[in-house]
Amino acid sequence: MEFFSHQTNFKFMATRHVWYGLSAILMVASIVMLFTRGLNLAIDFTGGVSAQATFPVTADLGAVRRQLVTAGFGDAQVQNFGSSRNIAIRLPPSKMNQEVLREHIEAALKAVNPAATLQQLSVVGPQVGSELETSAGWALFFTLILIFGYIALRFHTWRLSLGAILAVIHDPILVLGWFAASQTSFDLAVVAAVLAVIGYSLNDTVVVFDRIRERFESNRRLPPDVVLDQSINQTLSRTIMTKVVTSIVVVALLVLGGPVLKGFSEALLIGILAGTYSSIYISSAVALECGLTAEHIFPSVKKSAVDSMP
Amino acid sequence: MLEYARWKYIVIVAVLLVALLFALPNVFGSAPALQLAHKDHSPVTAAEATSIADYLRQHGVHFESFYVDSSGRLMVQFANVPDELQGRDVADAEYQGNYISALSLVPRAPAFFRALGLKPMPLGLDLSGGLDLLYQVDVNSAVQQMLQNYSQDSARALAAAKISVRNITFTTTSGSPLQNAIRIAFAPGTDLDAAQKALASTLQGLTITTQNGADGPQLVAAMTQAQVKQREDYAIEQSVTILRNRVNQLGVSEPAVTRQGVDRIDVQLPGIQNAAEVKNLLGQIAQLEFRLQDETGNAVQAEQTGDVPLGDKLYTHTAMGYPLLLKREVIATGDQLTNATADSGQQGPEVNVTLNSKAGDNMLRTTRQNVGKHMAVVLIEKHEETSTVNGKKVTREVTTQRVVNDATIQGVFSDRFEITGLSMGEANDLAILLRSGSLPTANVLVSEQVIGPSLGRDNIRMGITALVIGMAGVLVFMAIYYKVFGLVADLVLLANVVVLAALLSMMGASLSLPGIAGIILTVGIAVDANVLIYERIREEIRKGVSPQAAIRSGFEKAFSAIADSNVTTLIAGVVLWVLGTGAVRGFAIVLTLGIFTSMFTSLMGSRALVTLMYGGRRKVARLPI
Repeated sequence: MEFFSHQTNFKFMATRHVWYGLSAILMVASIVMLFTRGLNLAIDFTGGVSAQATFPVTADLGAVRRQLVTAGFGDAQVQNFGSSRNIAIRLPPSKMNQEVLREHIEAALKAVNPAATLQQLSVVGPQVGSELETSAGWALFFTLILIFGYIALRFHTWRLSLGAILAVIHDPILVLGWFAASQTSFDLAVVAAVLAVIGYSLNDTVVVFDRIRERFESNRRLPPDVVLDQSINQTLSRTIMTKVVTSIVVVALLVLGGPVLKGFSEALLIGILAGTYSSIYISSAVALECGLTAEHIFPSVKKSAVDSMP
Repeated sequence: MLEYARWKYIVIVAVLLVALLFALPNVFGSAPALQLAHKDHSPVTAAEATSIADYLRQHGVHFESFYVDSSGRLMVQFANVPDELQGRDVADAEYQGNYISALSLVPRAPAFFRALGLKPMPLGLDLSGGLDLLYQVDVNSAVQQMLQNYSQDSARALAAAKISVRNITFTTTSGSPLQNAIRIAFAPGTDLDAAQKALASTLQGLTITTQNGADGPQLVAAMTQAQVKQREDYAIEQSVTILRNRVNQLGVSEPAVTRQGVDRIDVQLPGIQNAAEVKNLLGQIAQLEFRLQDETGNAVQAEQTGDVPLGDKLYTHTAMGYPLLLKREVIATGDQLTNATADSGQQGPEVNVTLNSKAGDNMLRTTRQNVGKHMAVVLIEKHEETSTVNGKKVTREVTTQRVVNDATIQGVFSDRFEITGLSMGEANDLAILLRSGSLPTANVLVSEQVIGPSLGRDNIRMGITALVIGMAGVLVFMAIYYKVFGLVADLVLLANVVVLAALLSMMGASLSLPGIAGIILTVGIAVDANVLIYERIREEIRKGVSPQAAIRSGFEKAFSAIADSNVTTLIAGVVLWVLGTGAVRGFAIVLTLGIFTSMFTSLMGSRALVTLMYGGRRKVARLPI
């Protein structure tokens, strides 16, 4: 079985300006979403109280909320969590200690249904989150620098590094934009997923770069846009195959993994789609715009031969 | 003909066999178990174990098996959690006085694996349920204490040199020009050079600046960034050690106390649901006192009659168990201790103790008059205990006092001395105890999570189901798409999971949700490597290359793409491993290891298998790819 029985020959680079436009629109939309709606940050970042409870029958969310308000938790958010019998409760940071909170919340739950059980209670101080943001920010920054350096070293040109870095920035912004738009809870697992998306996007980009290098090596006289088209076409079946296979696992995770993994798998799925697209229209096209030629990857042999003369 | 070096086959087979051995305990999984340990940490004997088991059996507790583990704790293994809870209630009612009980998980794997020390990956808190406490260390007060010592020492040094001082101030406030510095203001007309000379040894290593103010000359000595950092690290390491010691008193199986970020300490206690009790024990404040022994009184007699001589207090040596009478007067306290380290000196293992100058002077005065007598170290720990009396919650402060060392004063000394006559283990323990009493700063609890065990069970069940179904989908799809080569890829993918599971088990890494996610991503990476190779082989065949040559150049040409793409992902993985905390770090560890295992299995394993299948034949007409 093959997706493409013959070598495809799409003219990817010819339409690149159209795709720049699309990317720009999506990026701007994502950034606007991030600034207007913001991320629905989970307790990991905001600090506060989070509780999960199970009811023997379908939980009456309204009743739980009313009981919590009566108990003095005016800003309680109550949602279903995975199934109609499980609920998640979010409270803003509280001065009460965990034992007192547990008693109050349990009392409110029992008032709704005596058989309800409190399964998890987390109290997170608000500073933890801001520290997380800083450390994640630094991690990202160092990653980008190192990757820029590695690609520049292996492919002998900053043009490809720049393309890869732009693609790497592009993909997570789209994922974050989706999380802002859908208001899906943004927790630490999603951070892990976004980081994985970066890894995947890079993987893809570098596979295409590797082919570009090979094509340039075998024929230095071809115009760069033709080489890029050839390279993308020749790696296309691999790109699609890998994405399909990875998506099988991610979709299984999304459908069967339960509520805890929902945000994680959503982020991965969007990231995989964005990564496939960006490895074609961002990383390679940017390098082309920067004037990538065979000379950059393989500096003239004559020159180096002369240089090495005694 | 295709060839592949014989040693490579041997390496592959050896790695796979070892990996299988390490990964196998994971297949058996874990069983709930009740852990019973003596309160004094002495090992449980076989006779005691049998008698406890008999008692449980007689009281209607159903358990599967029991044994004493390598740490001397009795493990009673149950088929399910309700049985385990019933077992604990019965055991606690009878044995609470002498034993600490804890709920834990033990591997179900046959005893053979246990004997070899092979264990399944422990489950992370999100999967096993338990208590997660995140503490923040008050590093600022540790620095402040250091500055206070510098101030006191400077005052004494200047007094000894007969230089008059108006005042000495110190501050840790950030932003102020005096950050992490002491300022000494002298009387007008003081000779600054003479003052600096007098302070030279006391303020060694500090950055010293002088200025002439309107009220007289001033000297500012600031700690360097490196000194502040060193002090902070010392405080954090110390807190980690203290917390670890206290956690060990809880008798929890597989506790984890780790430093997180700059000044945080994460304490993970699987299976624990009662947060209040644990928090009280961990939050206790320790103090240390050096005191002289009263050798005129009879300690044994005092213990029997309860008649303690005036000015003395009766103690029992914690490790040795004999009674001692100590004078109430305190020679030095823990906050005056600047360092205590275990070392092996000329007379065998020893603990090197450093005090500040005030305590040093006191020590000098005391030791001058008491050579040959005994000095003891008392560790005082305070914590709050909440109990329910007549339906009301009553909180009281509990103080425990322990004599951790009793030594003869061999000569006259002041602020630096050694405690000798210990084994290396004892020296290490004593140094830790001394340090734990030297910093009476409380750690602030910034986050606490209790995760119910059933929530964990649901998570793991769904996560594993998703993983298995996703994997099955991938295996089927690969087999359809690449035919025989797809089956090769399937074997390679399974081998990858086995090797990865083995590596994680060897490292003792715990399996958490982000970890499962990491494993799933690793499968993606391994698939990608195989796809790159097979697409390349197909390409070569399309060009009209002979099948065996296509296989060879397929592997060779795919190598640079696989290597480069994996190295870039590896960079991201390693950075996250180093800089990340919690979930991000757990994910990064699996991702990083997974990249190596997938490179190994896809490049070596896959090639070995393909060569074995097609390499030996003279002629291969068509490849089933």
